[in-house]
Amino acid sequence: MRITVTVDGTTYTDDVEPRLLLVHYLRERLGKVGTVVGCDTSNCGACTVHLNGHSVKSCSVLAVQADGGEITTIEGIGRDGTLHPVQQAFHDNHALQCGFCTPGMIMQSIDLLADHPDPDEQQIRHGLEGNLCRCTGYQNIVRAVRQAADTMRPGAGPEAERITAQHAVGGE
Amino acid sequence: MTTTAEHEIGKARLRKEDARLITGRTRWTDNLTVPGMLHMAILRSPVAHATITRVDTSAARTSPGVLAVYAGADLADEQGSLPCAWPITPDMKAPPAPSLAVDRVNFAGEAVAVVIARTAYEAADAVNAIDVDYEDLPVVLDMRAALADGADLVHPDLGTNKSATWVFDSAAAGTGGDVEQAIADSEIVVRRTFRQQRLVPAFMEPRSILVDPTGPQLTMWSATQIPHILRLMLAMTLGVPEHKVRVIAPDVGGGFGGKLQVTPEEVITFLVARRLDRPVKYTESRSESVQAAHHGRDQIQELTLSARKDGTVTGLKVELLADMGAYLRLVTPGVPILGAFMFNAIYKFPAYHFACTNVFTNKTPTDAYRGAGRPEATFAIERMMDELAAELGVDPMEVRRRNWIRHEEFPFTTVCGLVYDSGNYEAATDKAMELFDYAGLRAEQARRREANDPVQLGLGISTFTEMCGLAPSRVLGSLSYGAGGWEHAAIRMLPTGKVEVVTGSSAHGQGHDTAWSQVVADQLGVPFEDIEIIHGDTMSSPKGMDTYGSRSLTVGAIAVVKAAGKVIDKAMPIAAHLLECSPDDLEFADGKFTVRGTESATSIQDIALAVFAAHDLPDGVEPSLDSEATYDPDNFSFPHGTHLCATEVDTETGAVRIRSYICVDDVGVVVNPLIVEGQVHGGLAQGIAQALFEEAIHDDAGTLTTATFADYLLPSAADLPSFTTDRTETPSTTNPLGVKGVGEAGTIASTPAVVNAVVDAIRHLGVNDVEMPCTPMRVWRAINGRSGDGTDNSTSAAGGGLGSISGGAQ
Repeated sequence: MRITVTVDGTTYTDDVEPRLLLVHYLRERLGKVGTVVGCDTSNCGACTVHLNGHSVKSCSVLAVQADGGEITTIEGIGRDGTLHPVQQAFHDNHALQCGFCTPGMIMQSIDLLADHPDPDEQQIRHGLEGNLCRCTGYQNIVRAVRQAADTMRPGAGPEAERITAQHAVGGE
Repeated sequence: MTTTAEHEIGKARLRKEDARLITGRTRWTDNLTVPGMLHMAILRSPVAHATITRVDTSAARTSPGVLAVYAGADLADEQGSLPCAWPITPDMKAPPAPSLAVDRVNFAGEAVAVVIARTAYEAADAVNAIDVDYEDLPVVLDMRAALADGADLVHPDLGTNKSATWVFDSAAAGTGGDVEQAIADSEIVVRRTFRQQRLVPAFMEPRSILVDPTGPQLTMWSATQIPHILRLMLAMTLGVPEHKVRVIAPDVGGGFGGKLQVTPEEVITFLVARRLDRPVKYTESRSESVQAAHHGRDQIQELTLSARKDGTVTGLKVELLADMGAYLRLVTPGVPILGAFMFNAIYKFPAYHFACTNVFTNKTPTDAYRGAGRPEATFAIERMMDELAAELGVDPMEVRRRNWIRHEEFPFTTVCGLVYDSGNYEAATDKAMELFDYAGLRAEQARRREANDPVQLGLGISTFTEMCGLAPSRVLGSLSYGAGGWEHAAIRMLPTGKVEVVTGSSAHGQGHDTAWSQVVADQLGVPFEDIEIIHGDTMSSPKGMDTYGSRSLTVGAIAVVKAAGKVIDKAMPIAAHLLECSPDDLEFADGKFTVRGTESATSIQDIALAVFAAHDLPDGVEPSLDSEATYDPDNFSFPHGTHLCATEVDTETGAVRIRSYICVDDVGVVVNPLIVEGQVHGGLAQGIAQALFEEAIHDDAGTLTTATFADYLLPSAADLPSFTTDRTETPSTTNPLGVKGVGEAGTIASTPAVVNAVVDAIRHLGVNDVEMPCTPMRVWRAINGRSGDGTDNSTSAAGGGLGSISGGAQ
């Protein structure tokens, strides 16, 4: 079957077997090996990507189901050489050790923060329940997501980017 | 040139490793492709014990995209036997261990045939087309039954299911008294039986292997902890010349001992790539990993502890059965022996006897898993100290204080003959008790008991130590281990003053790039950023003993320190020559050679450039600062700490909730507190997982019923609490940095703290043990008087397809 998908801003058209999993399409056909496979029962979440703005486990989506869709992977969230705030927070808080779960964990954390911009510890822990990590014991991941929530909250950006009454066009 | 003014050691440096890992620019083995690469899939035995009567590969051979199909008979002449490097006794029984089963399978999940195809999907399709006939043999699963007269045999050729019995006796060794006498003379005897359930290491990256036979050397990329040992073992097992093999461990996604192995999959991939003369890749699925990669723990522990009424322990007798599974893998037989020296823990026991019998069963082979022998030992003794305290009616911490080695008694020679170089159990305990509010929690516990609260509070203690940093080669030799315990390092000074550090340690998540950079920055006085760490490839880091047993910092980084010292020694006469002084007049600090009492100085970077130019060197001095060192420590390292856990146990449902977890660890001098804290967190999670969640369960036919992450209960973020971690710092006196290992400490310490807390919460209801994992069902049964004494072998308590539950500890 022929599919057309946009992955990390680039559009691809490919003929794929109907049974091809999205994660294998990303890894084997597009070379997007930043997204990894950690289990075969959709428990570990290592393969988490965003499909049309929401997190999905790409081992549980067929490539053909993503036809016409927009996919974002761990390789597509940085901008102009700058890390996404969640990536930065994982680094700042030592929220990864071996790093294998990290791409999925970061993609799920971004999704979690979209649902809960100001999450408490239990909301973070439950929001990441579908992503397994064997190295960190999760404590620094929880801390990282909390830091990311702070840096991503409205008005938390750098001074230069702040829209004040003077700079705003049109105003209130 | 800039030099570092402040010390790097002790700084919470963010990790160098992260930049690639958080952006997906990773080199996991399964990410790699080379031209012409083929894919392999493995057919595994669905039965635990059977004769293979027929393998029909004809349909698979004609399946689309298939280049070759091999069964065991096809590789039998060249596959040899997988290595076991630890023959613990001269008469140890070890069956041949084929990588691909030839005429018999001995555990469910054993490899039976392989398909090599153009794509992984085509290989998987064709594997399903292989037809194998099995003739069932009796399945041996229970260790006690396996040792009984007339038992069915896993390996009939051996005539027994007993592999070996290994004994240590303090009276015989001259390191202590006679245990039987101590028991006979004692005022109190406590006897208990504990079961160490079987666990799955469950590294997040499934194992993957890529073999490329097309270059001058056969190159193997493998998700392994041990590229150097693997290369040697491939050479010795397969008869391939060592210099024609190169092994690379690229990014490796966790190991926890589970990748400390020479695997059937590595050997098979190697053989088929060589035979086809094409690169071949194999990546296991998670369920293959859980079934076929080695398991951990699985012991039955019978303990007898004798004491006086004042709480002084007079002797300890340990009798173990250790499940080897179906084969002896790389260090399988030695794992319980690593625990033999730790049952006496931090205590001054005058008499000790240890005997371990290793038993074959038709299960996945066991081998190292985080802690390897020491968690089992620590669990047993810390549970026993609580049981002794209950017997005496005194506080469990008080019993420990009466028996532990006092700070002023170090260095201390134990009843096992080990010399603990340093420790301060009082300081760690005092700090932990304060952070925990031990007295306040005891008061609350009393109130809840008084009020007959349905939710009872329990306090659990674990005052642990462990031996790690493997280790003195002579000691390993005395234990019949097949190799030494040294580590190698090399330092290359580049002309621009940058530094390449080659290490034989092989990190897979530990953060060596960062920690080694900090160590070298201090030693050479060069900026942290100017240092590159090279590891995990037998071509670029040619010598090493790899990473396991919390050995990398205490052995590997010390080799780096020694190599740095040689760089400075080489630079000294050159600096003296350039500064026109005697080497005796020079001092080296913060990267600068300074003529004592003057401003006259030159930097190590300037000397590196001068050496490169080599225009003006003293006569007879070679134009190189590059140096290497191999370090073999004189002793193990002995981290210790006090872990305290408070659990709330719902007596109506059996649910356990960890309310607080406090640990104060003493891992000596800390190179990077951020990394140390991360190691402790992860270690705690794995130890708590053993106490509450995880268990590899086989049904009566020997099928592993917990072979997926839906069934094997790896804790999620929702299952674990936040921990309070702190430290005391008593430097090791064995190595020049004063460091001790930290990788396994959290796992070793935490399991008994949690189980002690569970038992403590319900002891007043007549419970003196709950078998691990302490699931709601087991706890409820214990409270309600059904098999609460540790003899419950129910297989229905863990797993069961529920995946992660959120009703557990939070």
